[in-house]
Order: sequence, then C-alpha cells, then structure tokens
Amino acid sequence: MTQTIVIAEMNNNAVHPSTAELVAAAMTFGGAPTVVVPCSDASAADGAANMGAGSILAAKSSAFAHYDASGWAAALDAVTPQGTIITGASPQSKDLAARFAARRNIAVVQDAVAIQGQQVTSPVYSGKAMQTVALNGPAVISVRSNIFNAATGGASDVQVLDTEGNVATSVVEFMARASERLDVAEANIVISGGRGMGSPENFSHLEAIADTIGAAVGASRAAVDTWEAIPHSMQVGQTGKTVNPNLYIAVGISGAIQHLAGMRSSKYIVAINKDADAPIFQHADYGIVATWEEALPVLHDTLKSMMA
Amino acid sequence: MPNIIVLVKQVPDTNAKILVNGDRVDLSSVKMVMSPYDEFAVETALLHKEAAGGEVTALTVGGAAAEKILKDAKAIGVDHIVRVDAEGDMDSNALQTVLAQAVRALGGEVVYCGKSAADTGAGSTGPGLAERLGWASASNVIGASFDGGLTVIGPNGAGHAKLNVPLPAVVSCDKGEFKVRKPNVKGIMMAKKASVDVHSIEVPPSSVSLVGHALPPAKPAGKTYDGGNAAAEVAQLLRDEANVL
Ligand SMILES: Cc1cc2nc3c(=O)[nH]c(=O)nc-3n(C[C@H](O)[C@H](O)[C@H](O)COP(=O)(O)OP(=O)(O)OC[C@H]3O[C@@H](n4cnc5c(N)ncnc54)[C@H](O)[C@@H]3O)c2cc1C
Ligand SMILES: Nc1ncnc2c1ncn2[C@@H]1O[C@H](COP(=O)(O)O)[C@@H](O)[C@H]1O
Repeated sequence: MTQTIVIAEMNNNAVHPSTAELVAAAMTFGGAPTVVVPCSDASAADGAANMGAGSILAAKSSAFAHYDASGWAAALDAVTPQGTIITGASPQSKDLAARFAARRNIAVVQDAVAIQGQQVTSPVYSGKAMQTVALNGPAVISVRSNIFNAATGGASDVQVLDTEGNVATSVVEFMARASERLDVAEANIVISGGRGMGSPENFSHLEAIADTIGAAVGASRAAVDTWEAIPHSMQVGQTGKTVNPNLYIAVGISGAIQHLAGMRSSKYIVAINKDADAPIFQHADYGIVATWEEALPVLHDTLKSMMA
Repeated sequence: MPNIIVLVKQVPDTNAKILVNGDRVDLSSVKMVMSPYDEFAVETALLHKEAAGGEVTALTVGGAAAEKILKDAKAIGVDHIVRVDAEGDMDSNALQTVLAQAVRALGGEVVYCGKSAADTGAGSTGPGLAERLGWASASNVIGASFDGGLTVIGPNGAGHAKLNVPLPAVVSCDKGEFKVRKPNVKGIMMAKKASVDVHSIEVPPSSVSLVGHALPPAKPAGKTYDGGNAAAEVAQLLRDEANVL
C-alpha cells in the first residue's frame, strides 16, 4: 500500500474544516493519511486534530507567511513523504498541487469528485462531461469540497518539522477586497442575481437574504458586464468563479451554458425566474416561476422566521 | 527586451454541446476556438511587449488543426507562431515536459498562459511549467504592469495583492481588468500569409491514462412552482427535505 498524504487546506493561517473531507478522500486509497500542515506558527497544526489523520505533521517555515507557489512547493516537498498527495481544489490549492506534482515529476489530476481504486473522476468541458482517469503511479490529486463526508477521530499529536523554500514573488501591496461580504467560492450557500434584477441597487434584496442565511452574493456575467457596481469577483461561471455550494439560488438568471459551468455541481439549485422556459429551470431542484419582486419578499420573510 | 511567449490551446467553443459517444467525448462536429482565458494571456503578452519591447511568440502543442488559433493570435498581433506537433492524450507531466523543452528552445524569458483551459479546467500547466523551468510563477492574475519589472495583481486570501514577480516567470491569466483587442483587417491579412513554425519534440510516456468519458449524472427532475408565494414552501423544503439550511 502506498502512503497517502493530505496537504491541509489553509485559510488565514488556520486549518480549514474542509481538510477533514480531504482526509476522507485519502482514505479511499486505504489507511489513514498523514496530514501535512503548511504553517509559519506550528500551533496552527493543532487545528488538524480530530480530522481522521493517521499522523499530523506541522511543516513550519517563514515561506508559508504568504502564498508563493514556488516557495510553498519547495518547502512542502522537503518534508512531505513520497506517495499520493491529496489537496483541496481552491484556486490556490490547485496551483500548489500543480507545482508540487511538477517538482516531483508526477502527474496532477485536478478537481476530483470521485475516487474509486486507482480511478479518479473529475468534470471536464466546464462540467458538460465527466472524465475518469487511471493512475499508474503516485500523483497529486486536488479534491473538490462538499463531496466527501468529513472524517473524524484520528491523530491529535503534532510532529513539527522545520523547512524552507525560496519565496520568489513579493507582495507590494495588499488590496482591500471590494466588500466585506463572503466570497462566493468559499460559501456553503450562494445567492446570485442576473440581468433580471433590473438594476445593481436591487442586489440589496439578495444581500438581505444572504445576511439572514449566511450566504455569499454572486452574479451572472451579464450583471457584471452591465453594471459597474457589480464587481467581477462576484461572477459565477466559465469566466468567473466555479462554486460548489450546498445551495445555489439563481435569481433573474437565464441559465446560459457558461453560467451553468460555474454552478451546476451545486448540491441543490433553486431558480427564481419570470420566464417558465428559462433553461435554468432544467437544472433546478426547486424552480419558482415568478418575478423576483414577488418571490424574494416571501422567501426572505420565511427564512427570517425559520432562522429566528 | 524580453522574449515573451504566450501559450494558446484549441478547445471546443464554450457554447458547444458536448456529446459522448460510447465512452469518449465526440468533438467531430464541434467548432474549435482559442481557450477563452488564453485571449487574456495574449492581451497581457502584447501589453508587456508594448511597455518593454521584445517580441511575442504564440506557442501551442497540438495537431495541424490547432494552427487556426495560432493564426488568430497572429491576427491580434503576436510576432511569431509556433506549433509543437503532438496529438493524443498527454498527462500533465508529459505536456509540461514538452512545453518546457519548447520554451527553452525558443529562449523565452516570460510565459503567459490561461488560468485554465476550457476543456480540462485544470489550471495545472502554468505553475507546473514554471516548476520544471525553475522559474517564479503567479497564477490567476487579473492585471499586470511592466515598468521596473513585472508587477501583477492576483488573488490573495480573500482579497487581492499586488505582487512583484522576478523574471523569468510563468504567469497564468484570469479575465482581466482590461478589454482584449480584436483583430483588424490588416492583421487578418497578415495572419493568412504567416507561416507556422512547426517543431517536433518527443513526448514522454504518461502515468495517467484516460479510462473514459460520461455525461454528468442526470439530475432527477426538479419541482417547479408558479407564483412568488411558492417561495415559502420552497424555503421549508430546503430545510426539511434538502437539509441545507
Ligand atoms: C466565452 C464566454 C464566457 C462567458 N462566461 C460567463 C460566466 O462566467 N458567467 C456567466 O454568468 N455568463 C457568462 N457568459 C455569458 C452567458 O452566455 C450569458 O450571456 C449570461 O450568463 C446571461 O446572464 P443573465 O442570465 O443574467 O442574463 P439574461 O440572459 O439576460 O437573463 C436574464 C433572465 O432574467 C429573467 N428576468 C427578467 N426580469 C425578471 C424579474 N423581474 N424577475 C425574475 N426574472 C426576471 C429573464 O426571464 C431572463 O431569464 C459567457 C459568455 C461567453 C461567450
Ligand atoms: N496543448 C497546449 N498547448 C499550448 N498551451 C496549452 C496547452 N494546454 C494548456 N495550455 C496552456 O495552459 C493553460 C492552462 O491549461 P490547463 O492546465 O489544461 O488548465 C491554457 O489556458 C493554455 O494557455
């Protein structure tokens, strides 16, 4: 049996809960994996306790203070055992996965949504088809979130290993994010508006619901392109972000193929659209044929009383 | 004056319907285009040249049919177009090894590519190529400036950061803050006459092999309701049936 290693998914120098899902994915190869936590302060690795790990390794280096692909790949390579490596599938983790794989001269398979034996399945053609490949050797595999059920139990002791890697890029300036709102790529619930919202001001109705249920607010490209006030960082789709939340609510969005590319793998999809023939309804678990003006106040009121 | 390379890949038009025939996708009747993010890579490469001088070479790995997108790149303004003749499935390892050899042979000092190709969706090529070349890399950048070295704007944590990227480097491009230019008539005429420089490079074996393609699992038909008041029922179902609230 080859070793399987999980590189912990990090967020603000803390182990992200989705790491426990990566452990579960690694377990499909048999056995509990070693979880390697990239950190500049080893106490961060305590966050990997009770995630099903066979062992926990804090890879400690000043290189991990801010993300730089070459520094991270080098510093991790130095302390990570050989074997098949599982990472998250956030943009940063996919970038790291690719660089790490190249460093070890092994292949990388991105965005896995199923692992069976040595076969890995991931969406291709923007989710219009699924591709299954067979691994004939160790590989780095990035695994999408919300697919595997989080592992629990396992190791809580942390072994600390100092490591280093040459950081190539340097931060000139951190730029304030456009808003303090949750990012669509990270949220478990996303509510998005399209051109059917009529004006950017009307997105306040989506924000109000988002605040009630802890959702992020997204947008279609038509909304982003039409209205200055809707930043590209909110765009979901082919040329925007790919999201994979538990719940995606599309409001005034027709459901063009490029929009579907970014959200069709959401666990549940709700569509609100006044046109019963809008393609989005073919992908919705719950479709509401109505204007948003009619539907959103009812939705918001119900959610408020449910959350109270 | 930098020797600039931009990677371009031919992919199915993102509007195209993807058919699966047996256990393979069937692209025989699909229109092929330059992968959308590669358009931003071409634009960034051209902006780099305009700011710092040098020349831009568009490079693709593929069969003869892929020359169409090289001509498209030429029409937009790249100086040279190069195809590495190779077809068939390659894993990330094989593709990047071939690209690394080509970039070295061309003497590239900075490489721009798309953040991910519209067919694979992987985003592996830029960072993997950089590692093989021993170069710096920055991924998913949405803007770049070129005075006094290369500075890019890329995602960082929940926001963005301006990063200084030492050359040589590979930069993968997201949809930028700028408009991509379109070819003009003169460009299109020049591109027609331009000749593609074809290289052949031995492709190393792949350790990942394709098992097959399938259509995404069909979703069970959803429930559809008429009128805004149904939103109340849907909210209840989201909690009680779907369990997502
Ligand atoms: C290369 C390429 C990349 C692209 N990338 C993306 C991408 O990343 N993301 C993306 O979203 N798109 C992308 N697109 C664009 C995509 O093709 C569509 O044009 C876009 O998604 C449409 O946005 P929309 O649904 O908001 O607008 P529309 O298609 O105009 O639809 C608006 C919808 O709102 C409904 N509506 C109107 N008024 C109301 C109301 N009062 N209440 C309820 N419903 C109402 C209408 O019935 C309609 O269905 C891309 C296109 C190309 C060519
Ligand atoms: N066969 C290829 N030839 C040239 N460039 C490629 C090729 N495959 C990928 N690329 C480049 O790498 C980017 C990312 O591809 P991928 O890693 O497959 O998502 C693409 O947008 C292209 O710029």
